[in-house]
Amino acid sequence: MATRRSRAAARMMMAPAVVLLLGWMLVPLTMTLWFSFRRYLPMRGGDLGWAGFDNYVRFVSSSAFWPSIQATLVIVGGVLAATVALGVLLALLLDQPIWGQGVVRVLVIAPFFVMPTVSALVWKNMFMDPVNGLFAHLWRLFGAEPLAWMSEASLPSIVLIVSWQWLPFATLILLTAIQSLDREQLEAAEMDGAGPLSRFVHIILPHLSRAVTVVILIQTIFLLSVFAEIFVTTQGSFGTRTLTYLIYQRVLESQNVGLGSAGGVYAIILANIVAIFLMRIVGKNLDA
Amino acid sequence: MAREHSPRRKALLTVAAWTAGLLIFFPILWTILTSFKTEAQAIADPPLFLNFDWTLENYAAVQERSDYMRFLWNSIVISGASTLLGVLIAVPAAWSMAFVPSKRTKDILLWMLSTKMLPAVGVLYPIYLIFIELGLLDTRAGLTVVIMLINLPIIVWMLYTYFREIPVDILEAARMDGADLRAEILYVLAPMALPGIASTVLLNVILAWNEAFWTLNLTAANAAPLTAFIASYSSPEGLFYAKLSAASTMAIAPILILGWFSQKQLVRGLTFGAVK
Repeated sequence: MATRRSRAAARMMMAPAVVLLLGWMLVPLTMTLWFSFRRYLPMRGGDLGWAGFDNYVRFVSSSAFWPSIQATLVIVGGVLAATVALGVLLALLLDQPIWGQGVVRVLVIAPFFVMPTVSALVWKNMFMDPVNGLFAHLWRLFGAEPLAWMSEASLPSIVLIVSWQWLPFATLILLTAIQSLDREQLEAAEMDGAGPLSRFVHIILPHLSRAVTVVILIQTIFLLSVFAEIFVTTQGSFGTRTLTYLIYQRVLESQNVGLGSAGGVYAIILANIVAIFLMRIVGKNLDA
Repeated sequence: MAREHSPRRKALLTVAAWTAGLLIFFPILWTILTSFKTEAQAIADPPLFLNFDWTLENYAAVQERSDYMRFLWNSIVISGASTLLGVLIAVPAAWSMAFVPSKRTKDILLWMLSTKMLPAVGVLYPIYLIFIELGLLDTRAGLTVVIMLINLPIIVWMLYTYFREIPVDILEAARMDGADLRAEILYVLAPMALPGIASTVLLNVILAWNEAFWTLNLTAANAAPLTAFIASYSSPEGLFYAKLSAASTMAIAPILILGWFSQKQLVRGLTFGAVK
């Protein structure tokens, strides 16, 4: 149906978006790749020449590298576990016939719209402060010694804050998936004597597996680059220096651009490994 | 499952769902409440829930001390302009991919999505350098362009999934009835495309408003939006709970309200159509 003229017009219409994104991807990426092979210290002499793979080796062998990988994994893993588990439960609950369903939905979704700097600061000061925080009041109420969350339990604190932000996302997607479930199938299973638990394990859970995968992949991509929550709370101290934060510090704080860029290349590779899986799922959906 | 709808079960589930909902919403509620307290009441032990003297002094203090309106204006300009610009660029692209698909359409869409996966920190210094060279550091224009670019893949994708649902046959029917191209676009396509465009705009204003990597790293005094304004409370001002709360409430209120309208689009927009 499409004529040659309409094809040419279609290409013209696509051109601005394609060219812009191509530039946005290729220019900085090429620069990062270039810097990663240079000894580049803007504050201490500038570009000091070719460095080979030195930056790559030094980035990985620095004492901060493995702890940063560990912090990243704890945060990504912790938030994924919390949001998926609680998200499934919440989605099941919100799918039930209840009074005021719309209002409850709105309450549950709200945290997603709170900007990261606000949620991090509100949690850090008003909830987790060891003297005046709400948790400290609660702990004292039960006669316990208040916890200095941000220094004594820094990683769990960050996981808690970030999970609170992402739980609505997981819940909403899982709820959408549950609502697309074939009701008749559930009713048939019930007639055949399947209890609530076996209905959940054998029908609902398999139906949700795709949505859960999508939640995990999309969240992982965003969680790998969590930044503001650490920036305004611990500034990377107390073991909360993630790979993203470490690269940020190398590049902007200690102005070792060569080293930071090598770290950046690692981060890009890591993100792409996750992305490949996501793209496969999304791509399959496009054909359908 | 009609037989299970006993009132007792429904009541029980209602209580459970409301408890969960209120628990999740509580930090926001607590922030809003605290913003109306005096600093002394804000740290009272035991904490005061509703039984305090409501005051607006914190809102006045925040505006007076840090010129909240300027940050608000920056947020509005940056999120508004980046969304508008993004939509202007994305509509033709999504349109042609939805209505004149070619063999490469799918590859182009997936490639666009892949640019979204690029970790920002990996290109932080190049962008920083380009901004210095072009004099864009700490300008609203620079930030607008960057945020437009990071959201462009989402905008194209969302529009594409909406446009694809418009039946093509209807165009031919309109043509048969003697509609010219102008009438076709104005009376047939626009009414069907507008809801999708509106949802896309809504979600992207929200995403741009809350963006907190580039806004923190590429702005200082001039172009800083609300995300950076709140970050300036990280210490020691954050210990003034009532003022922190007032500032936070003002930063999130506009988007919280917009957000409630966009629940449905959220799923489509953020899963790139993988879950609908």
